[in-house]
Amino acid sequence: MKVDALWLRARVIKAVRDFFWERGFLEVETPFLIPANAPEEHINPISALPSWQLQTSPEICMKRLLCSGHQKLFQISRCWRSNERGSRHLSEFTMLEWYRTDCDYQALMADCEELLQYVAATCLPDGLSFMHNSVQISPFVPWQRISVQEAFLRFGQVDVWGCLKKGLYEEILTSVIEPALAGFDSPVILMDYPAELAALARNKPGNRELAERFELYVGGLELANGFSELNDPLEQRRRFEDTNCARSNAGQTVLPLPEPFLNSLATLPASAGIALGIDRLVMLTAGVDTIDEIVAFTPEEL
Amino acid sequence: MYTVADLKKGLKIILDGDPYLVVAFDFVKPGKGQALYRTKMRNMINGTLLDRTYRSGETFEPASLEERQMEYLYKEGDHYTFMDQQTYEQVVMEEETLGDAKNYLLENLKVEVMVFGEKAIGISLPNFVNLRVTGTEQWAKGDTSGNDSKPATVETGYVLRVPPFIEEGELIVIDTRTGDYSTRVKG
Repeated sequence: MKVDALWLRARVIKAVRDFFWERGFLEVETPFLIPANAPEEHINPISALPSWQLQTSPEICMKRLLCSGHQKLFQISRCWRSNERGSRHLSEFTMLEWYRTDCDYQALMADCEELLQYVAATCLPDGLSFMHNSVQISPFVPWQRISVQEAFLRFGQVDVWGCLKKGLYEEILTSVIEPALAGFDSPVILMDYPAELAALARNKPGNRELAERFELYVGGLELANGFSELNDPLEQRRRFEDTNCARSNAGQTVLPLPEPFLNSLATLPASAGIALGIDRLVMLTAGVDTIDEIVAFTPEEL
Repeated sequence: MYTVADLKKGLKIILDGDPYLVVAFDFVKPGKGQALYRTKMRNMINGTLLDRTYRSGETFEPASLEERQMEYLYKEGDHYTFMDQQTYEQVVMEEETLGDAKNYLLENLKVEVMVFGEKAIGISLPNFVNLRVTGTEQWAKGDTSGNDSKPATVETGYVLRVPPFIEEGELIVIDTRTGDYSTRVKG
């Protein structure tokens, strides 16, 4: 069983690579071991070497490559996040990230549609539908786009701002919204997140409350997170400091700031970038419901 | 003390004073949001299931449960008395707590009693017990009704289906996991 899963995994990765090569994206490799990740309130990096960390995402280095003039980049790499293990999580996992200059998050949504159709056509037995929790999801039917505010009202009859204030956001999202998204037979794009949930994203023009961030859900499974990049170094530094402040208040370690990234951010052209979980894409392609089934080894097996 | 990082299937913790067994567990973390630890737990005293979601930073008291070798002594009303083989200490359990186990309790039967604090909360039986049939209808030779089993009462009062050839006074083996007749004790 696992032999088949590993063949499928290799085929999905090859299809993803072919997709971006065919569209003129440059495949890059950036260091896994870095002095600082972008600090996040709820993501803990794994320390390696005195005071360095394993990457939680290749975003810092990839955006610096955009600053130095590259226009279309992608990378398939390992990422590490401390203490994340569940039926859809591994502490060490494989991430696809891609970036484009001279565009915003709308261009990435279009990329997602094309990518999932490409993977479906080349890797699925019937060439048509992904499968999650026994539900078939076709990337070829029109995709749903729903704003976060609308999703909370429509599926939970609650106001997302109220949920955030009461600390119920994650609870409602995972116990009400995601199960509702699992009922769609097409992928769903959840978009326009409250700005406080998008520390590296640009706000919507003329709107301080909403960010140009979206998440891609397939069968209720969160597959990708993309946004229009913030390129204001002062604003970015202020958000990083706020993040560290929140970490400190929650008793978490304060994280070092990626200074070279902040220093080059002023030269970042208008761009957008996205991270997609390769392991989860393989799960959807294989039609299995746990991440354990599509990796060569889980940590428990080592 | 356990933390959320210790949560896994099979962990025993104390919640509102009762011991609970974690029967299902998952780690959930929505895009860049706070991690949630989803559990399904069984109350080890009354068997009720409970869904609970925890967040980072929460802690749990481990439930220390002891399995003690005991002998079943006697029944009085709804109360069943057992004696610890080593300390000769006696514990009493109610019929409701015992559940189906009461069907197999014959005096002097050796069982494992699960003790939480001072309270006995359940027993583990041997997989097979021998019990004598105290009542069953005679099998008419040449019966063509096609029935391949008939009811029989055993010495604990338990009623089960047995093959037609079993007679009153015979010793039979019962599988305590299913409650079914297994075989007859020869001789």
